[in-house]
Amino acid sequence: MHEMSLCEGILQVLEEQAVLQSFREVRRVRLEIGRFAGIEPEALRFGFDVVTKGSLAEGAALEIVELPGRAHCFDCGKTVELEDRLAPCPKCGGGRLSPTGGDEMRIKDLEVT
Amino acid sequence: MVEIETDILAKNDGFAAANRARLAALRTLALNLVSSPGSGKTTLLCRTVEALSGRMPVAVIEGDQQTSNDAERIRATGAPAIQVNTGKGCHLDAHMVGHALDHLGLQPGGVLFVENVGNLVCPAAFDLGEAAKVAILSVTEGEDKPLKYPDMFAAAKLVILNKVDLAPHCDVDLDLCEANARRVNPGVEVLRLSARTGAGMEAWLAWIAARLEAATAAAAE
Repeated sequence: MHEMSLCEGILQVLEEQAVLQSFREVRRVRLEIGRFAGIEPEALRFGFDVVTKGSLAEGAALEIVELPGRAHCFDCGKTVELEDRLAPCPKCGGGRLSPTGGDEMRIKDLEVT
Repeated sequence: MVEIETDILAKNDGFAAANRARLAALRTLALNLVSSPGSGKTTLLCRTVEALSGRMPVAVIEGDQQTSNDAERIRATGAPAIQVNTGKGCHLDAHMVGHALDHLGLQPGGVLFVENVGNLVCPAAFDLGEAAKVAILSVTEGEDKPLKYPDMFAAAKLVILNKVDLAPHCDVDLDLCEANARRVNPGVEVLRLSARTGAGMEAWLAWIAARLEAATAAAAE
């Protein structure tokens, strides 16, 4: 969706952390992004390269760990993992699923110098 | 290696929590109205404000990329309204709404409507401190919008099908539209109305009143 503004948010966190934890350069950023977070990883990569130009994270590698979508199935009562929001329940084939997770967008860790 | 475990939207969520606390202290029900451009949000809001004023304090925060047209339309109904222009931005964030709250002078015990930027994608992810997102879909947009833009319909507590007076002219299956909304969000409530003719408005006003009562009871605890 608004991957560019999310990248600006990531850069802001990196700059704050650089002061707090006294590092000068970021070499690698690892993100955890859920399937239901509405984020397109390729657009995020593009935005990250653009936004970090001239910053402490210029040229840093961006690693994106994709987390599965999770939902509660009203038909079989199980909590299941889903590929996308419209997928049927993989256990019983039911279509009434309420998302319970998979909207994560988190900066997990950094490799810094 | 530095572990930071920080949500990318942590900053926004912090501002949203502050807004939510402020609104709770004022016993104010905040509703975040989201839709595509042209769904009839502002017309619905004008009719709603007219119906509620005199019964409770009502205020509006209007989000658009440009112009203050919408805030002017709301002010013409007599309710205080603040326009937020997002410039290049595609959504309101909690920081903008906090600023608007600084200037709005909310009266306690009423309703605050936040009319988000017309966009069925980005506003889904941004918590503004509201009690509920209300997604408005006009019948002319087609019944498959909840499937095409599932994030927004999954985030909404209520879906309003607006412009139902036009339904006979545009080959739309309203039952299918409702079923599609429930497919991405099985617990969602759905109301059908026409802001223009007033049909179905009573149910919407009753929904607001029930929500306000619940919000006030929660604040009193």
